This record gives sequence, C-alpha cells and structure tokens, in this order.
Amino acid sequence: MFKGGVNLKGNKLTSSKAIEFANKPSKVILPLIQHIGAPCEPIVNKDDCVKVGQKIAESKAPFSVPIHTPISGIVKSIEQLPHPITGKPTQSIIIESDNQNNKDNSNENNDNNNQDNKLNNDYLSYTSDKLLNIIKDSGIVGLGGAAFPTHIKLSPPKGISIDTLIINGAECEPFLTSDHRLMIENSEEIIKGILIVAKVLKTKKVFIGIEENKKDAIRIMNKKINNSQKFNIDNIKIKVVSLPTKYPQGAEKMLIYSLTKRKVPTGELPMNVGCVVQNIGTVYAIYQAVALSKPLYERVVTITGKVNNPKNLMVKIGTPISELIKMAGGYKGEPKKLINGGPMMGVAMPSDDLPIIKSTSGIVVFNQDDIYQAEMPIECIRCGRCVNECPMNLNPTLIARYAEKGRIDLAEKTYAMDCIECGCCSFGCPSKISLVHWIRYAKSEIKNNKSK
Amino acid sequence: MKENNTKPQKQKINSDIKNNFIVESSPHIFSSVTKSEIMWIVFAALIPSTIMGIYNFGIKALLIIITSLMTAFLSEAFFNWIRKKPFSRMLNGPWAVTGLLLGLSLPPTVPLWIPALGAFVALAIGKHVFGGAGMTLFNPTLVGRAFLVVSFPGIMSNYVWPGKIDAITSASPLSILKQEGYLSAISIFGSRLQTYWSMFIGNISGSIGETSAMLLLIGGLVLIIMKIIDWRIPCIYISTVFVGTILLGQDPLFHILGGALFLGAFFMATDYAGMPITKKGRIYFALGLGLLTIIIRQYSSYPEAVNFSILLMNTATPLIERFTIRKPFGYIEKTNNVKSK
Repeated sequence: MFKGGVNLKGNKLTSSKAIEFANKPSKVILPLIQHIGAPCEPIVNKDDCVKVGQKIAESKAPFSVPIHTPISGIVKSIEQLPHPITGKPTQSIIIESDNQNNKDNSNENNDNNNQDNKLNNDYLSYTSDKLLNIIKDSGIVGLGGAAFPTHIKLSPPKGISIDTLIINGAECEPFLTSDHRLMIENSEEIIKGILIVAKVLKTKKVFIGIEENKKDAIRIMNKKINNSQKFNIDNIKIKVVSLPTKYPQGAEKMLIYSLTKRKVPTGELPMNVGCVVQNIGTVYAIYQAVALSKPLYERVVTITGKVNNPKNLMVKIGTPISELIKMAGGYKGEPKKLINGGPMMGVAMPSDDLPIIKSTSGIVVFNQDDIYQAEMPIECIRCGRCVNECPMNLNPTLIARYAEKGRIDLAEKTYAMDCIECGCCSFGCPSKISLVHWIRYAKSEIKNNKSK
Repeated sequence: MKENNTKPQKQKINSDIKNNFIVESSPHIFSSVTKSEIMWIVFAALIPSTIMGIYNFGIKALLIIITSLMTAFLSEAFFNWIRKKPFSRMLNGPWAVTGLLLGLSLPPTVPLWIPALGAFVALAIGKHVFGGAGMTLFNPTLVGRAFLVVSFPGIMSNYVWPGKIDAITSASPLSILKQEGYLSAISIFGSRLQTYWSMFIGNISGSIGETSAMLLLIGGLVLIIMKIIDWRIPCIYISTVFVGTILLGQDPLFHILGGALFLGAFFMATDYAGMPITKKGRIYFALGLGLLTIIIRQYSSYPEAVNFSILLMNTATPLIERFTIRKPFGYIEKTNNVKSK
C-alpha cells in the first residue's frame, strides 16, 4: 500500500448498468493525434470512400500507431479542428456515414482475412513479433487515459526482462465504470487478451489489481480464472488481487508498488523494475485485434454525471459527444462542465461537438452545483495536507509557490518533474489552490527550458 | 497566491465549434474542508478551557477575553481595509483564534488595556506586517504576548488563585518553583499527588486558559482526531520536556502540567504558518521546542518558556523545511540530475 492518497466518494452511478452499443453516428471526427508520439498523416483524400476498419492515417515513425475509421462512408473533409484534450487546432479527418456498415476486407496486415470479425483461433500459434505487429497495426494504445502506444510498452529493449505483467483494473477515478463493466461482461476475452500480452512479453506471472469496491468484478474474474484451465497455456499464473480503495490506486507507479512492493525509480519506466502495466480496456482491445482482426475503433465510454440516464456505452471512436449525451437521456439541468475522463485527472472540454478519442474512458457532466466556486482565492495556510496526501512524496505547495513566483529553477530542484498530476493535493487543499495547475505549469516551463 | 492567477483562463478556440463549457485545470472535485472550517473548529476546541478560565477567575476573565476578541476583530477589519481585502474574509476566522488565544494566555489580573494592546500588536505586527494568514513568520498570538511580557513584566506576572480574584496577587507555580524551590511549590498544595491533581484539573494559579491540562488535552485530542493538527508536535514537544526535566533532576510532571505547556503545545506550536510542512521537519521542530523550553526554564530568569521557545523555533522553520524537503517516491541518488550549481 502506497503512502498518501485520498479517499474519494465513488459516485459510480453506472456500475450495475450493462454496456450498451451506442447508435451508429452519422459522422465521426478523427483527430490525427490520439496517442503519445508522432502524429499520423492522412492516407485517404477528400471524397474517398472508406469502409469500417480501414486504416485512414498512419505515421512512418515507430513511436506511433495508425488510426482506423469506425464507420463506412465518405471522407468529407480533412481540416484543422480543436483537439478534445489539448484544445489546440489539430488536423482531423471527418467521415460522413453512408449507413451501410461495409467492412474493410483488405486488412493487409493480417494473413487471415477475417471478415465479419470471425473468431480466429490460430493466434495461439503466432510468434511474438507477429502479435506485436498486429497490435501496432490495429492502432492500440493504453486506454486508461494516457494513450501510450501499446506495442512500445510490449517491446522492452534487449537486456530487460519482464517478470510481472500487471493488469490495471483499479479504476480509482470516481464516476468511471467502463473497466468495471468490461471485467464483469467480458472476463473471458480479457483473460485471453492477458494471455496474448503475457506471450508477447514471455512473462509467467500476471496480477490483476482491482479495487475492493468492485467485489463483483473480483468474484467473476476469480471464477473465470479458476474455471478455465484451458486458458492456462505456457504455465502462466494469473492472480486477482483486491486492492484497498484509495485514490490514486490505479496510477502506474502506485499500482506496481501495491502489488509487488517495487518502486519505479524516478524518471524511469516500469520496465526497469521488470513490470509492464496494461489497462483492462487495452487487453480487451488487444484480444479483439488479434483474435477478431478488429482494429481499435470502438471502446467503452461511461457517460455519467448530470445526465438523465447515465450509461456505459460501446462507442465508435470519433463520435461527437453531443450524440452520446442524447443517448444517455440528455443533460439533467444546465450543463456547465464537460469532463473528458474522470473528475480527478480528466480534461474539461469547451464544447460537446468534440469527439470521443481513443483515450476517452468517460464523459462526466457537471452542473453549476458540482463546480467548486471559491468566492475568492485564499492564500496557502501551510497546513501541510498536500504534503501528506501526495502519493509521489513531493512538496506540492512549495513547487506551486515557486512556479507562481517564476522560480522554475527552484521548482525543478523540488522535484516538480516527478509529479504525476493525480490531483490529490488540489483536492484536499482547504484554501482550494490549483496546486496541480501550477505544478503542471512548472513542468511545461522546465521542459521548454530543456529543449531550448 | 496571486488573486488573478489561481484559475487558468478560459481557452479560446478559433473555429465554428461552439464553446459553452467551463474549461479549468483538473481536478474537478474538491474535499469539503475549508480554511474557515478549520479555524472555527480550533476556536471551538478552545471553548472548554475558556469556560474553565471564566469559572476559575470570574467575570474579570470574561472581560479580558471579550476585550481581546473585540480588539482582534477591529484590528483585522482595519488591516483588511488598508490592504483592500474584501470584508467577507473576516469569516475565515484566524483573527478569532488569535484573539481568543491571546486572552487565554494572559493573567486574570491584567487591566483591560493590556488585552487590547496585545491583540492589536498580534494582528498588526504579528500578522499583517508579514502579509497576512499563511505568511506569518511568527505565531501572531505569541508576538502580542511576548510584546506584553517584555514591556510590562510586572503586570504580566501578577497571578491569583482560582476563586480569589480580588485577593492579593501571587506567583504562578513555575515562578514559585524558580524563586523558592521545589519543596515550597509543593507545600502550597499539600502533597505531590494533590499538586498534580490540582494542576491536571486546573485548580492552580496561572493564565486564564492554561490552568486545566485536562481540558486542553481534550480540545487537543479532538483536533488530532479530526486531523487538523499534527500529533507529532504536541506529543514530541511534551515528551521532550518530560524526559529533559528528568535528566535535569527535576519533577517532570510538575513541569509539563504546571505552566503553559499544554496550551502552547496543542494550540500555539501547531499554528500552521509557523511550523514546517514536512513530517520529518515537524519532528525536529517539536524536539527543538522541548529543548528550548527546558533550557529557558532552567537557566534563564523567566519562569515560563513556552512563549519564547515557540517564537524562537518559528524562526528556525524555514531552515528546517529546507533541510527536510521530501525526496520523491522511487528517488535514487544516482538518478538525480537536478543538482545545485
């Protein structure tokens, strides 16, 4: 168990609601930056016809994954539109649906042209390299929110061996239930996905970390693992671990520490301590990509908060958020804030015309009542709550103060770069100071200074 | 923090996409704890000791406390006006804690201009000169009190026994100890056990709010349980004094119960602005407090040392903080590429 962190009210409105398929969108907007790394270049032109699952953008850089269209139709335009996360104008492909749902048959990266997502059991005999290629070509990124290209995570450099694969089912953010529902409804597919990842990594030990507030998910995963000796290829041992419900249990470094007592050294990656962490949604997408030849163009998104009928929806990536809100019964009251992700680390979006992207795990709608409105900013009273609550063992108030006074050098010396932006410090601050905001500012300034 | 910068500006995007939602930095939810809540809980935790003080020393004690609170209120309002802060800030309440604590730390015999002057000095020189709440280098209450002790030593050492407010003034247990020795200090109460008991429940001479160790302990424990103050400060402070007095061959219980130690350890040393923010720093801070208290009580001409110990350790806080900066989770010395020149 890691030190620090905060206890949050779960607000999991949708934990007992089964995943529904969202209506087919009439158009999708696909920003060409949906992952960390090199942006994609479009490989289709305006007025081209595209089919479901067709690759429409890719990059030659290795640190990148392609983007596929979730609907069949016509490329209406390729233009600069605001990105749902960064807000910066980003090249985006807009595709208008022809309502025909034609499947793409030319999936050249897959030897078996599996139309209609037919189950392909041959994948068990694939080599690691082939599996990695499929994962890359299917556009798979970490679906927990960071959108780190998965094939990079799964190909550690020579000399580093991964002895533990960690599956992140913590879902510690309030409101979100997409991983929770996947574990309940698609546990078998998740286990198959885990076995694929374990095979790629040549790992024998797998932990599935689930917060103890998801008792049903823990029970079902345990049952499925015990019942399914047939999955147990290559002596891979999968163990479900119930973790205390404490935010940020699902943060990569905290999760690794909770499960293995290994501390990831500052500035290094989990693979340096022999661990790879994959999100539940990601392993499910890997299973679909490998076994069903279905590239990542769909994901589970929790539509929750102040909507009339909160839901877990299987959504085509690129669907405008306003359409999903309609499916969730529309806004309840006057919406004021639209959060892409959970309320602790999610990004507030300016408009509901923006699309769902690969990393969107939920949309949380807030009314005026849910937004904390400080009558006026209050000064730091030095109570030390942020210091006690910081899971990364930092001094948030000091870094924030240095950043505010423009002393970026001191902020760096106070280890600003190690902040994971989990938001615990801002959450607990009695003066409601936007500590994370200041630390983020310090981090970006430090990066700018470095690149100069 | 600067007023205009604590929330990020709304982003403008040049496109025909409508922009109708608030854009703010994460997180989007906050705990319910607020600064004013904390301050009023501290205020409430002092109420039992206040009632005990009024019960012990009568209407005079009540008048002193009211004067102190009133002056604190007026001074705070005045300085808010000068510093162009909105009046609603008064609701945050640190002035009330400062005013009440100052009243409680005065002898019950002082004329009423003493709490008025002390509260004004506390707010003016202790607080607003340094930049208001959170910026106070020294505990404001103790700045006010130290000013009174140094300026009017005679008035500030006239104590009386509970219920005998009009009787001739006498010394506090610690000054009897200092001037006449341990045996005569004990002889006032009869036996040692009676001494401890009187000190624990508060049947001794002393400042208005410091006499009853029991009620201060209750208030302090409430604050510790509510996680408003850090247990490290009072526990380590009091234990250090306890162990130190044993080593010096003194009566430890007399020392920890007999003076302002409980009031200081639970309510004054734990003042947020004056103590380090790191846990490790707080341990050093409390150890320093204990050592200074023993040294001043033993070797200086002042019988009571809590006031000056806390003020002295307040000055050491930035230094302690600097040496106890926390290392990040997973920090390894060799990966440290952030080096000073």
